[in-house]
Amino acid sequence: MAIDLYLYRKRRLLNLVSLTLSMLATLFGLLWLAWLLWTLVSQGIQYVNWDLFTQATPPPGETGGLSNAITGSLILIALGVAIGAPVGIFAGTYLSEFGRDTRFAAVVRFISDVLLSSIIIGVFVYEVVVIHMGHFSAYAGGLALALIVLPIVLRTTEDMLRLVPDRMREAAAALGAPRWKVIVSIVYRAARSGILTGILLAVARVSGETAPLLFTALNNQFSSTHLNEPIANLPVVIFQFAMSPYDDWQHLAWAGALLITAGILLLNIIVRVFLPEPERQR
Amino acid sequence: MTQGIRLTMKESVIPFNLGNLEHADNAQSRTQESDVPTQGTEEVPSKITLRGLNFHYGKSQALFDVNLDIPENQVTAFIGPSGCGKSTLLRCFNRIYALYPRHRASGEIILDGENILARGIDLNLLRARVGMVFQSPTPFPMSIYDNIAYGVRLYERLSRASMDRRVTWALKKAALWNEIKDKLHHSGTALSGGQQQRLCIARAIAIKPEVLLLDEPASALDPISTLKIEKLIDELKRDYTIVIVTHNMQQAARVSDYTAFMYLGKLIEFGATRLLFTNPGEKQTEDYITGRYG
Repeated sequence: MAIDLYLYRKRRLLNLVSLTLSMLATLFGLLWLAWLLWTLVSQGIQYVNWDLFTQATPPPGETGGLSNAITGSLILIALGVAIGAPVGIFAGTYLSEFGRDTRFAAVVRFISDVLLSSIIIGVFVYEVVVIHMGHFSAYAGGLALALIVLPIVLRTTEDMLRLVPDRMREAAAALGAPRWKVIVSIVYRAARSGILTGILLAVARVSGETAPLLFTALNNQFSSTHLNEPIANLPVVIFQFAMSPYDDWQHLAWAGALLITAGILLLNIIVRVFLPEPERQR
Repeated sequence: MTQGIRLTMKESVIPFNLGNLEHADNAQSRTQESDVPTQGTEEVPSKITLRGLNFHYGKSQALFDVNLDIPENQVTAFIGPSGCGKSTLLRCFNRIYALYPRHRASGEIILDGENILARGIDLNLLRARVGMVFQSPTPFPMSIYDNIAYGVRLYERLSRASMDRRVTWALKKAALWNEIKDKLHHSGTALSGGQQQRLCIARAIAIKPEVLLLDEPASALDPISTLKIEKLIDELKRDYTIVIVTHNMQQAARVSDYTAFMYLGKLIEFGATRLLFTNPGEKQTEDYITGRYG
Protein backbone atom coordinates (compact mmCIF):
# COMPACT_ATOMS: atom_id res chain seq x y z
CA MET A 1 0.00 0.00 0.00
CA ALA A 2 1.22 3.44 -0.90
CA ILE A 3 -0.02 5.20 2.21
CA ASP A 4 2.63 7.30 3.88
CA LEU A 5 2.14 6.85 7.60
CA TYR A 6 4.50 9.73 8.36
CA LEU A 7 1.81 12.35 7.81
CA TYR A 8 -0.72 10.39 9.81
CA ARG A 9 1.66 9.91 12.79
CA LYS A 10 2.57 13.58 12.73
CA ARG A 11 -1.09 14.55 12.82
CA ARG A 12 -1.80 12.14 15.66
CA LEU A 13 1.10 13.51 17.69
CA LEU A 14 -0.07 17.06 17.11
CA ASN A 15 -3.55 16.05 18.21
CA LEU A 16 -2.18 14.52 21.40
CA VAL A 17 -0.14 17.62 22.24
CA SER A 18 -2.97 20.08 21.70
CA LEU A 19 -5.42 17.87 23.57
CA THR A 20 -3.06 17.74 26.55
CA LEU A 21 -2.55 21.49 26.48
CA SER A 22 -6.24 22.27 26.41
CA MET A 23 -6.94 19.84 29.23
CA LEU A 24 -4.21 21.44 31.34
CA ALA A 25 -5.69 24.86 30.67
CA THR A 26 -9.12 23.62 31.77
CA LEU A 27 -7.67 22.12 34.92
CA PHE A 28 -5.84 25.34 35.72
CA GLY A 29 -9.10 27.27 35.56
CA LEU A 30 -11.05 24.66 37.50
CA LEU A 31 -8.42 24.47 40.22
CA TRP A 32 -8.97 28.07 41.37
CA LEU A 33 -12.69 27.70 41.13
CA ALA A 34 -12.70 24.54 43.21
CA TRP A 35 -10.29 26.05 45.72
CA LEU A 36 -12.50 29.12 46.07
CA LEU A 37 -15.62 27.02 46.52
CA TRP A 38 -13.91 24.76 49.01
CA THR A 39 -12.68 27.66 51.13
CA LEU A 40 -16.10 29.23 51.05
CA VAL A 41 -17.93 26.05 52.05
CA SER A 42 -15.44 24.92 54.68
CA GLN A 43 -15.29 28.37 56.30
CA GLY A 44 -18.95 29.31 55.88
CA ILE A 45 -20.97 26.18 56.50
CA GLN A 46 -20.33 26.11 60.24
CA TYR A 47 -21.96 29.50 60.70
CA VAL A 48 -25.08 28.75 58.69
CA ASN A 49 -27.89 28.26 61.20
CA TRP A 50 -31.48 29.27 61.75
CA ASP A 51 -30.53 32.57 63.42
CA LEU A 52 -28.96 33.64 60.15
CA PHE A 53 -32.42 33.90 58.60
CA THR A 54 -34.35 35.24 61.60
CA GLN A 55 -32.12 37.78 63.32
CA ALA A 56 -30.85 41.10 62.10
CA THR A 57 -27.19 42.06 61.90
CA PRO A 58 -25.83 42.44 65.44
CA PRO A 59 -23.54 45.04 67.00
CA PRO A 60 -20.02 43.70 67.56
CA GLY A 61 -19.84 41.08 70.28
CA GLU A 62 -23.48 40.04 70.17
CA THR A 63 -25.16 37.20 68.34
CA GLY A 64 -27.29 37.88 65.36
CA GLY A 65 -28.03 36.92 61.77
CA LEU A 66 -28.42 38.39 58.34
CA SER A 67 -32.21 38.54 58.02
CA ASN A 68 -32.27 42.27 57.30
CA ALA A 69 -29.56 41.89 54.68
CA ILE A 70 -31.35 38.96 53.03
CA THR A 71 -34.70 40.75 52.76
CA GLY A 72 -32.90 43.93 51.74
CA SER A 73 -31.07 42.12 48.95
CA LEU A 74 -34.31 40.52 47.75
CA ILE A 75 -36.03 43.92 47.69
CA LEU A 76 -33.15 45.54 45.80
CA ILE A 77 -33.00 42.73 43.25
CA ALA A 78 -36.77 42.83 42.76
CA LEU A 79 -36.59 46.58 42.29
CA GLY A 80 -33.69 46.30 39.87
CA VAL A 81 -35.41 43.64 37.78
CA ALA A 82 -38.76 45.44 37.86
CA ILE A 83 -37.14 48.52 36.36
CA GLY A 84 -34.39 46.99 34.24
CA ALA A 85 -36.05 43.93 32.71
CA PRO A 86 -39.02 45.59 30.96
CA VAL A 87 -36.81 48.33 29.53
CA GLY A 88 -34.29 45.69 28.47
CA ILE A 89 -36.97 43.58 26.77
CA PHE A 90 -38.40 46.57 24.92
CA ALA A 91 -34.97 47.76 23.83
CA GLY A 92 -33.96 44.23 22.77
CA THR A 93 -37.20 43.99 20.79
CA TYR A 94 -36.36 47.24 19.05
CA LEU A 95 -32.85 46.04 18.17
CA SER A 96 -34.04 42.70 16.82
CA GLU A 97 -37.35 43.58 15.19
CA PHE A 98 -37.16 47.18 14.07
CA GLY A 99 -33.62 48.49 14.01
CA ARG A 100 -31.89 45.32 12.92
CA ASP A 101 -29.47 46.82 10.42
CA THR A 102 -29.60 50.45 11.41
CA ARG A 103 -26.64 52.47 12.59
CA PHE A 104 -28.54 53.51 15.70
CA ALA A 105 -29.02 49.87 16.73
CA ALA A 106 -25.33 49.19 16.24
CA VAL A 107 -24.49 52.10 18.53
CA VAL A 108 -26.96 50.97 21.21
CA ARG A 109 -25.57 47.44 21.03
CA PHE A 110 -22.01 48.69 21.36
CA ILE A 111 -22.76 50.96 24.29
CA SER A 112 -24.68 48.30 26.15
CA ASP A 113 -21.74 45.94 25.73
CA VAL A 114 -19.29 48.53 27.02
CA LEU A 115 -21.23 49.99 29.94
CA LEU A 116 -21.04 47.03 32.25
CA SER A 117 -18.61 48.47 34.77
CA SER A 118 -20.56 48.31 38.00
CA ILE A 119 -18.52 50.78 40.01
CA ILE A 120 -19.09 53.47 37.42
CA ILE A 121 -22.81 52.77 37.52
CA GLY A 122 -22.65 53.13 41.32
CA VAL A 123 -20.88 56.47 41.18
CA PHE A 124 -23.22 57.65 38.44
CA VAL A 125 -26.37 56.87 40.44
CA TYR A 126 -24.75 58.46 43.50
CA GLU A 127 -24.18 61.61 41.51
CA VAL A 128 -27.58 61.68 39.85
CA VAL A 129 -29.89 60.33 42.54
CA VAL A 130 -28.27 60.16 45.97
CA ILE A 131 -26.87 63.68 45.96
CA HIS A 132 -30.16 65.14 44.77
CA MET A 133 -32.22 63.18 47.28
CA GLY A 134 -29.76 64.05 50.01
CA HIS A 135 -29.49 60.52 51.38
CA PHE A 136 -28.83 56.90 50.45
CA SER A 137 -31.93 54.83 49.65
CA ALA A 138 -33.24 51.52 48.40
CA TYR A 139 -34.58 53.39 45.37
CA ALA A 140 -31.09 54.45 44.40
CA GLY A 141 -29.79 50.91 44.99
CA GLY A 142 -32.57 49.41 42.88
CA LEU A 143 -31.87 51.88 40.10
CA ALA A 144 -28.17 51.05 40.13
CA LEU A 145 -28.96 47.34 39.87
CA ALA A 146 -31.49 48.09 37.11
CA LEU A 147 -28.72 49.72 35.10
CA ILE A 148 -26.77 46.48 35.36
CA VAL A 149 -29.81 44.33 34.54
CA LEU A 150 -30.70 46.46 31.52
CA PRO A 151 -27.83 45.63 29.13
CA ILE A 152 -27.86 41.94 30.08
CA VAL A 153 -31.58 41.57 29.41
CA LEU A 154 -31.30 43.75 26.32
CA ARG A 155 -28.61 41.61 24.72
CA THR A 156 -30.11 38.24 25.61
CA THR A 157 -33.54 39.37 24.44
CA GLU A 158 -32.10 40.56 21.17
CA ASP A 159 -30.15 37.33 20.66
CA MET A 160 -33.13 35.16 21.53
CA LEU A 161 -35.51 37.06 19.26
CA ARG A 162 -33.01 36.79 16.44
CA LEU A 163 -32.99 33.02 16.86
CA VAL A 164 -36.68 32.94 15.96
CA PRO A 165 -36.58 32.15 12.25
CA ASP A 166 -37.83 34.82 9.86
CA ARG A 167 -40.14 32.31 8.24
CA MET A 168 -42.13 32.27 11.47
CA ARG A 169 -42.64 36.01 11.17
CA GLU A 170 -43.47 35.64 7.49
CA ALA A 171 -46.01 32.92 8.23
CA ALA A 172 -47.80 35.10 10.76
CA ALA A 173 -47.64 38.18 8.55
CA ALA A 174 -49.03 36.13 5.66
CA LEU A 175 -52.20 35.57 7.68
CA GLY A 176 -52.68 39.31 7.88
CA ALA A 177 -51.32 39.77 11.39
CA PRO A 178 -50.05 43.29 12.03
CA ARG A 179 -46.43 43.62 13.04
CA TRP A 180 -46.94 44.21 16.77
CA LYS A 181 -49.23 41.20 16.90
CA VAL A 182 -46.61 39.03 15.17
CA ILE A 183 -44.04 40.10 17.74
CA VAL A 184 -46.21 39.74 20.82
CA SER A 185 -48.07 36.56 19.98
CA ILE A 186 -45.52 34.64 17.90
CA VAL A 187 -41.97 35.90 18.33
CA TYR A 188 -42.15 36.42 22.11
CA ARG A 189 -43.85 33.10 22.54
CA ALA A 190 -41.17 31.30 20.57
CA ALA A 191 -38.39 33.06 22.51
CA ARG A 192 -40.09 33.02 25.90
CA SER A 193 -37.74 30.69 27.71
CA GLY A 194 -34.69 32.42 26.27
CA ILE A 195 -35.86 35.82 27.51
CA LEU A 196 -36.66 34.37 30.92
CA THR A 197 -33.19 32.83 31.03
CA GLY A 198 -31.71 36.25 30.37
CA ILE A 199 -33.65 37.76 33.27
CA LEU A 200 -32.62 34.99 35.67
CA LEU A 201 -28.98 35.32 34.65
CA ALA A 202 -29.25 39.06 35.23
CA VAL A 203 -30.63 38.33 38.71
CA ALA A 204 -27.68 36.03 39.36
CA ARG A 205 -25.33 38.73 38.16
CA VAL A 206 -26.72 41.57 40.31
CA SER A 207 -27.21 39.49 43.45
CA GLY A 208 -23.45 39.61 44.04
CA GLU A 209 -22.88 43.23 43.04
CA THR A 210 -21.31 45.28 45.83
CA ALA A 211 -19.83 48.36 44.23
CA PRO A 212 -23.03 49.97 42.95
CA LEU A 213 -24.79 49.39 46.28
CA LEU A 214 -22.00 50.92 48.35
CA PHE A 215 -22.72 54.26 46.71
CA THR A 216 -26.49 53.98 46.64
CA ALA A 217 -28.29 51.71 49.09
CA LEU A 218 -25.42 51.74 51.56
CA ASN A 219 -26.39 49.65 54.57
CA ASN A 220 -28.74 49.59 57.48
CA GLN A 221 -28.12 47.70 60.66
CA PHE A 222 -31.84 47.45 61.36
CA SER A 223 -34.58 45.61 59.53
CA SER A 224 -36.16 48.08 57.17
CA THR A 225 -38.41 47.81 54.20
CA HIS A 226 -38.69 51.51 53.55
CA LEU A 227 -37.58 52.12 50.03
CA ASN A 228 -36.76 55.73 50.71
CA GLU A 229 -34.15 54.86 53.34
CA PRO A 230 -30.81 53.11 53.26
CA ILE A 231 -31.33 49.37 53.22
CA ALA A 232 -29.19 46.43 54.34
CA ASN A 233 -28.03 44.02 51.65
CA LEU A 234 -25.82 40.95 51.56
CA PRO A 235 -22.91 42.20 49.43
CA VAL A 236 -22.32 45.40 51.42
CA VAL A 237 -22.79 43.59 54.76
CA ILE A 238 -20.25 41.00 53.66
CA PHE A 239 -17.88 43.73 52.58
CA GLN A 240 -18.13 45.62 55.88
CA PHE A 241 -18.16 42.58 58.17
CA ALA A 242 -15.28 40.86 56.41
CA MET A 243 -13.15 43.99 56.78
CA SER A 244 -14.03 44.38 60.46
CA PRO A 245 -11.76 43.22 63.34
CA TYR A 246 -14.62 41.34 65.08
CA ASP A 247 -14.75 37.55 64.86
CA ASP A 248 -18.56 37.36 65.02
CA TRP A 249 -18.89 39.74 62.10
CA GLN A 250 -16.28 37.86 60.09
CA HIS A 251 -18.19 34.63 60.67
CA LEU A 252 -21.39 36.23 59.44
CA ALA A 253 -19.53 37.45 56.36
CA TRP A 254 -18.45 33.89 55.56
CA ALA A 255 -21.99 32.64 55.99
CA GLY A 256 -23.34 35.46 53.84
CA ALA A 257 -20.86 34.76 51.07
CA LEU A 258 -21.84 31.11 51.08
CA LEU A 259 -25.51 32.11 50.95
CA ILE A 260 -25.07 34.31 47.87
CA THR A 261 -23.02 31.64 46.10
CA ALA A 262 -25.60 28.97 46.86
CA GLY A 263 -28.35 31.29 45.65
CA ILE A 264 -26.60 32.00 42.37
CA LEU A 265 -25.85 28.31 41.93
CA LEU A 266 -29.50 27.50 42.47
CA LEU A 267 -30.58 30.09 39.91
CA ASN A 268 -28.19 28.68 37.36
CA ILE A 269 -29.42 25.17 38.01
CA ILE A 270 -33.00 26.34 37.54
CA VAL A 271 -32.06 27.93 34.25
CA ARG A 272 -30.21 24.85 33.00
CA VAL A 273 -32.69 22.25 34.13
CA PHE A 274 -36.12 23.79 33.89
CA LEU A 275 -35.89 26.09 30.91
CA PRO A 276 -35.50 24.33 27.58
CA GLU A 277 -32.79 25.71 25.32
CA PRO A 278 -34.20 27.82 22.54
CA GLU A 279 -32.59 25.69 19.87
CA ARG A 280 -34.15 22.58 21.24
CA GLN A 281 -37.59 24.13 21.30
CA ARG A 282 -38.46 23.72 17.70
CA MET B 1 -55.90 42.13 -20.97
CA THR B 2 -57.87 41.67 -17.78
CA GLN B 3 -60.35 44.23 -18.86
CA GLY B 4 -60.50 42.56 -22.20
CA ILE B 5 -61.23 39.25 -20.59
CA ARG B 6 -63.75 40.78 -18.25
CA LEU B 7 -65.55 42.38 -21.12
CA THR B 8 -65.62 39.13 -23.01
CA MET B 9 -67.03 37.28 -20.05
CA LYS B 10 -69.66 39.83 -19.28
CA GLU B 11 -70.66 40.73 -22.74
CA SER B 12 -70.22 37.56 -24.68
CA VAL B 13 -73.91 36.94 -24.14
CA ILE B 14 -74.67 40.02 -26.19
CA PRO B 15 -73.79 39.46 -29.82
CA PHE B 16 -72.32 42.17 -32.02
CA ASN B 17 -70.82 44.05 -29.13
CA LEU B 18 -67.93 46.39 -29.59
CA GLY B 19 -66.36 45.00 -26.46
CA ASN B 20 -65.48 41.86 -28.29
CA LEU B 21 -63.70 43.72 -31.00
CA GLU B 22 -61.88 45.76 -28.44
CA HIS B 23 -60.84 42.62 -26.68
CA ALA B 24 -59.48 41.11 -29.84
CA ASP B 25 -57.42 44.24 -30.40
CA ASN B 26 -56.17 44.22 -26.88
CA ALA B 27 -55.21 40.62 -26.98
CA GLN B 28 -53.27 41.07 -30.16
CA SER B 29 -51.50 44.20 -29.15
CA ARG B 30 -50.55 42.75 -25.83
CA THR B 31 -49.04 39.64 -27.29
CA GLN B 32 -47.05 41.80 -29.63
CA GLU B 33 -45.85 44.18 -27.00
CA SER B 34 -44.76 41.66 -24.39
CA ASP B 35 -43.45 39.05 -26.81
CA VAL B 36 -44.30 36.22 -24.45
CA PRO B 37 -46.07 33.30 -26.08
CA THR B 38 -49.41 32.61 -24.43
CA GLN B 39 -51.47 29.72 -25.55
CA GLY B 40 -54.88 28.61 -24.34
CA THR B 41 -55.25 31.49 -21.86
CA GLU B 42 -57.70 33.59 -23.78
CA GLU B 43 -61.01 32.42 -22.43
CA VAL B 44 -60.52 32.48 -18.66
CA PRO B 45 -61.34 35.38 -16.35
CA SER B 46 -58.26 36.51 -14.49
CA LYS B 47 -57.96 37.15 -10.78
CA ILE B 48 -54.60 38.86 -10.77
CA THR B 49 -52.94 40.80 -13.54
CA LEU B 50 -49.27 41.78 -13.58
CA ARG B 51 -48.16 44.67 -15.71
CA GLY B 52 -44.53 45.58 -16.15
CA LEU B 53 -43.51 44.13 -12.81
CA ASN B 54 -39.90 44.70 -11.78
CA PHE B 55 -38.38 43.59 -8.51
CA HIS B 56 -35.17 44.63 -6.78
CA TYR B 57 -33.28 43.18 -3.84
CA GLY B 58 -31.34 46.28 -2.94
CA LYS B 59 -29.44 47.06 -6.13
CA SER B 60 -29.76 43.73 -7.89
CA GLN B 61 -32.79 43.23 -10.04
CA ALA B 62 -34.59 39.92 -9.69
CA LEU B 63 -37.62 40.34 -11.95
CA PHE B 64 -37.72 42.06 -15.32
CA ASP B 65 -40.93 43.43 -16.80
CA VAL B 66 -43.23 40.55 -15.99
CA ASN B 67 -46.68 40.65 -17.61
CA LEU B 68 -49.07 37.89 -16.66
CA ASP B 69 -52.72 37.06 -15.97
CA ILE B 70 -53.48 34.61 -13.21
CA PRO B 71 -56.77 32.88 -14.05
CA GLU B 72 -59.47 32.75 -11.39
CA ASN B 73 -60.28 29.45 -9.67
CA GLN B 74 -57.50 27.66 -11.48
CA VAL B 75 -54.14 26.37 -10.45
CA THR B 76 -51.26 28.30 -11.95
CA ALA B 77 -47.76 26.89 -11.56
CA PHE B 78 -44.49 28.80 -11.80
CA ILE B 79 -41.61 26.65 -12.96
CA GLY B 80 -38.02 27.37 -13.78
CA PRO B 81 -34.49 26.66 -12.59
CA SER B 82 -33.29 27.81 -9.16
CA GLY B 83 -32.86 31.55 -8.90
CA CYS B 84 -35.13 32.29 -11.84
CA GLY B 85 -37.33 34.50 -9.71
CA LYS B 86 -40.40 32.30 -9.35
CA SER B 87 -40.49 32.55 -5.55
CA THR B 88 -39.75 36.26 -5.75
CA LEU B 89 -42.68 36.66 -8.10
CA LEU B 90 -44.94 34.73 -5.75
CA ARG B 91 -43.87 36.89 -2.80
CA CYS B 92 -45.11 39.95 -4.68
CA PHE B 93 -48.73 38.76 -4.70
CA ASN B 94 -49.19 39.33 -0.96
CA ARG B 95 -46.31 41.78 -0.66
CA ILE B 96 -44.69 39.67 1.99
CA TYR B 97 -41.37 40.98 0.68
CA ALA B 98 -42.32 44.32 2.27
CA LEU B 99 -41.18 42.91 5.62
CA TYR B 100 -37.67 43.61 4.40
CA PRO B 101 -36.73 47.24 3.88
CA ARG B 102 -34.50 46.80 0.84
CA HIS B 103 -36.93 44.70 -1.18
CA ARG B 104 -38.86 46.69 -3.74
CA ALA B 105 -41.40 45.96 -6.46
CA SER B 106 -42.51 48.38 -9.18
CA GLY B 107 -45.08 48.12 -11.93
CA GLU B 108 -48.63 46.98 -11.34
CA ILE B 109 -50.21 43.98 -9.69
CA ILE B 110 -53.94 44.24 -10.13
CA LEU B 111 -56.07 42.12 -7.83
CA ASP B 112 -59.77 42.42 -8.62
CA GLY B 113 -59.22 45.76 -10.31
CA GLU B 114 -57.08 47.26 -7.57
CA ASN B 115 -53.35 47.85 -7.89
CA ILE B 116 -51.88 46.31 -4.74
CA LEU B 117 -48.51 47.95 -5.31
CA ALA B 118 -50.12 51.38 -4.97
CA ARG B 119 -49.54 53.52 -1.90
CA GLY B 120 -52.09 53.29 0.86
CA ILE B 121 -52.81 49.59 0.40
CA ASP B 122 -53.33 47.99 3.81
CA LEU B 123 -50.89 45.10 3.74
CA ASN B 124 -52.57 43.22 6.57
CA LEU B 125 -55.93 43.27 4.83
CA LEU B 126 -54.25 42.30 1.57
CA ARG B 127 -52.63 39.30 3.24
CA ALA B 128 -55.94 38.27 4.75
CA ARG B 129 -57.25 38.05 1.16
CA VAL B 130 -54.16 36.45 -0.31
CA GLY B 131 -53.02 33.55 1.86
CA MET B 132 -49.62 31.92 1.65
CA VAL B 133 -48.02 28.61 2.53
CA PHE B 134 -44.24 28.45 2.68
CA GLN B 135 -41.62 25.95 1.65
CA SER B 136 -40.84 24.60 5.11
CA PRO B 137 -43.68 24.10 7.57
CA THR B 138 -43.99 26.90 10.13
CA PRO B 139 -46.31 25.80 12.92
CA PHE B 140 -46.57 28.47 15.60
CA PRO B 141 -45.44 27.49 19.11
CA MET B 142 -48.97 26.81 20.30
CA SER B 143 -51.64 24.10 20.12
CA ILE B 144 -52.97 22.77 16.82
CA TYR B 145 -56.32 24.40 17.55
CA ASP B 146 -54.75 27.78 18.30
CA ASN B 147 -52.58 27.53 15.20
CA ILE B 148 -55.73 27.41 13.07
CA ALA B 149 -57.67 29.92 15.19
CA TYR B 150 -54.80 32.43 15.24
CA GLY B 151 -55.48 33.93 11.82
CA VAL B 152 -59.25 33.71 12.20
CA ARG B 153 -59.19 35.66 15.46
CA LEU B 154 -57.35 38.50 13.73
CA TYR B 155 -60.34 39.37 11.58
CA GLU B 156 -63.43 37.66 12.93
CA ARG B 157 -65.20 37.51 16.25
CA LEU B 158 -66.61 34.03 16.42
CA SER B 159 -68.41 32.32 19.23
CA ARG B 160 -66.70 29.31 20.70
CA ALA B 161 -68.95 26.96 18.81
CA SER B 162 -68.46 28.61 15.43
CA MET B 163 -64.71 28.79 16.02
CA ASP B 164 -64.76 25.06 16.74
CA ARG B 165 -66.67 24.52 13.52
CA ARG B 166 -64.23 26.67 11.56
CA VAL B 167 -61.20 24.84 12.91
CA THR B 168 -62.80 21.48 12.16
CA TRP B 169 -63.74 22.65 8.67
CA ALA B 170 -60.22 23.85 7.90
CA LEU B 171 -58.61 20.69 9.21
CA LYS B 172 -60.99 18.50 7.23
CA LYS B 173 -60.40 20.56 4.12
CA ALA B 174 -56.65 20.12 4.57
CA ALA B 175 -57.08 16.33 4.98
CA LEU B 176 -55.59 16.43 8.46
CA TRP B 177 -58.68 16.01 10.62
CA ASN B 178 -58.68 12.23 10.87
CA GLU B 179 -55.09 12.12 12.05
CA ILE B 180 -55.29 14.78 14.74
CA LYS B 181 -58.90 15.10 15.83
CA ASP B 182 -58.08 13.63 19.24
CA LYS B 183 -55.14 15.91 19.92
CA LEU B 184 -56.35 19.34 18.93
CA HIS B 185 -54.82 20.80 22.05
CA HIS B 186 -51.41 19.22 21.61
CA SER B 187 -48.56 21.36 20.38
CA GLY B 188 -48.48 21.98 16.65
CA THR B 189 -44.71 21.61 16.62
CA ALA B 190 -44.94 17.95 17.66
CA LEU B 191 -46.52 16.86 14.37
CA SER B 192 -44.61 15.19 11.56
CA GLY B 193 -43.30 17.33 8.69
CA GLY B 194 -46.12 16.37 6.34
CA GLN B 195 -48.74 16.98 9.00
CA GLN B 196 -47.17 20.31 9.89
CA GLN B 197 -47.40 21.42 6.28
CA ARG B 198 -51.06 20.41 6.05
CA LEU B 199 -51.58 22.28 9.32
CA CYS B 200 -50.12 25.36 7.65
CA ILE B 201 -52.43 24.91 4.69
CA ALA B 202 -55.38 24.52 7.06
CA ARG B 203 -54.29 27.67 8.85
CA ALA B 204 -54.11 29.56 5.57
CA ILE B 205 -57.54 28.47 4.33
CA ALA B 206 -59.20 28.93 7.73
CA ILE B 207 -59.28 32.68 7.17
CA LYS B 208 -61.00 32.03 3.81
CA PRO B 209 -58.70 33.98 1.51
CA GLU B 210 -59.51 34.42 -2.17
CA VAL B 211 -56.07 33.51 -3.42
CA LEU B 212 -53.74 30.87 -2.05
CA LEU B 213 -50.01 31.14 -2.73
CA LEU B 214 -47.99 27.97 -2.32
CA ASP B 215 -44.20 28.29 -2.31
CA GLU B 216 -42.84 24.83 -3.03
CA PRO B 217 -45.28 23.41 -0.47
CA ALA B 218 -44.17 19.82 -0.91
CA SER B 219 -40.44 20.13 -1.41
CA ALA B 220 -39.62 19.15 2.19
CA LEU B 221 -42.06 16.25 2.27
CA ASP B 222 -42.08 12.54 1.61
CA PRO B 223 -43.93 11.17 -1.46
CA ILE B 224 -47.06 10.18 0.47
CA SER B 225 -47.46 13.58 2.09
CA THR B 226 -46.74 15.16 -1.29
CA LEU B 227 -49.52 13.13 -2.85
CA LYS B 228 -51.93 14.23 -0.15
CA ILE B 229 -51.07 17.84 -0.67
CA GLU B 230 -51.43 17.57 -4.44
CA LYS B 231 -54.89 16.01 -4.01
CA LEU B 232 -55.69 18.84 -1.65
CA ILE B 233 -54.65 21.48 -4.19
CA ASP B 234 -56.95 19.91 -6.75
CA GLU B 235 -59.89 20.14 -4.34
CA LEU B 236 -59.10 23.63 -3.16
CA LYS B 237 -59.17 25.20 -6.60
CA ARG B 238 -62.96 25.10 -6.63
CA ASP B 239 -62.96 27.81 -3.99
CA TYR B 240 -59.61 29.53 -4.40
CA THR B 241 -57.34 30.87 -7.04
CA ILE B 242 -54.13 28.97 -6.48
CA VAL B 243 -50.62 29.93 -7.48
CA ILE B 244 -47.92 27.37 -6.83
CA VAL B 245 -44.17 27.57 -7.19
CA THR B 246 -42.51 24.26 -7.77
CA HIS B 247 -39.19 23.03 -9.01
CA ASN B 248 -40.71 19.66 -9.70
CA MET B 249 -41.98 19.66 -13.26
CA GLN B 250 -43.96 16.48 -12.87
CA GLN B 251 -45.74 18.16 -9.99
CA ALA B 252 -46.51 21.21 -12.11
CA ALA B 253 -47.85 18.95 -14.82
CA ARG B 254 -49.97 17.01 -12.33
CA VAL B 255 -51.56 19.80 -10.34
CA SER B 256 -51.71 22.88 -12.50
CA ASP B 257 -54.08 24.12 -15.19
CA TYR B 258 -51.70 26.86 -16.31
CA THR B 259 -47.96 27.06 -16.22
CA ALA B 260 -45.57 29.97 -16.36
CA PHE B 261 -41.96 29.23 -17.23
CA MET B 262 -39.44 31.67 -15.86
CA TYR B 263 -35.77 32.04 -16.53
CA LEU B 264 -33.27 34.58 -15.17
CA GLY B 265 -35.98 36.84 -13.78
CA LYS B 266 -38.02 36.94 -16.97
CA LEU B 267 -41.28 35.29 -17.89
CA ILE B 268 -40.42 33.19 -20.90
CA GLU B 269 -43.70 31.50 -21.61
CA PHE B 270 -47.15 31.19 -20.15
CA GLY B 271 -49.95 28.89 -21.19
CA ALA B 272 -52.32 26.05 -20.48
CA THR B 273 -50.27 23.34 -18.82
CA ARG B 274 -51.22 20.62 -21.29
CA LEU B 275 -50.17 22.82 -24.22
CA LEU B 276 -47.02 24.16 -22.63
CA PHE B 277 -45.76 20.74 -21.72
CA THR B 278 -46.65 19.06 -25.00
CA ASN B 279 -45.99 21.87 -27.41
CA PRO B 280 -43.84 24.59 -25.88
CA GLY B 281 -43.67 27.79 -27.89
CA GLU B 282 -40.14 28.69 -26.88
CA LYS B 283 -36.90 26.81 -27.30
CA GLN B 284 -35.86 27.60 -23.69
CA THR B 285 -39.08 26.16 -22.31
CA GLU B 286 -38.63 23.03 -24.33
CA ASP B 287 -35.04 22.64 -23.18
CA TYR B 288 -36.06 23.02 -19.56
CA ILE B 289 -39.02 20.66 -19.54
CA THR B 290 -37.09 18.03 -21.41
CA GLY B 291 -34.34 18.29 -18.82
CA ARG B 292 -31.62 19.80 -20.94
CA TYR B 293 -30.78 22.38 -18.27
CA GLY B 294 -31.91 23.65 -14.91
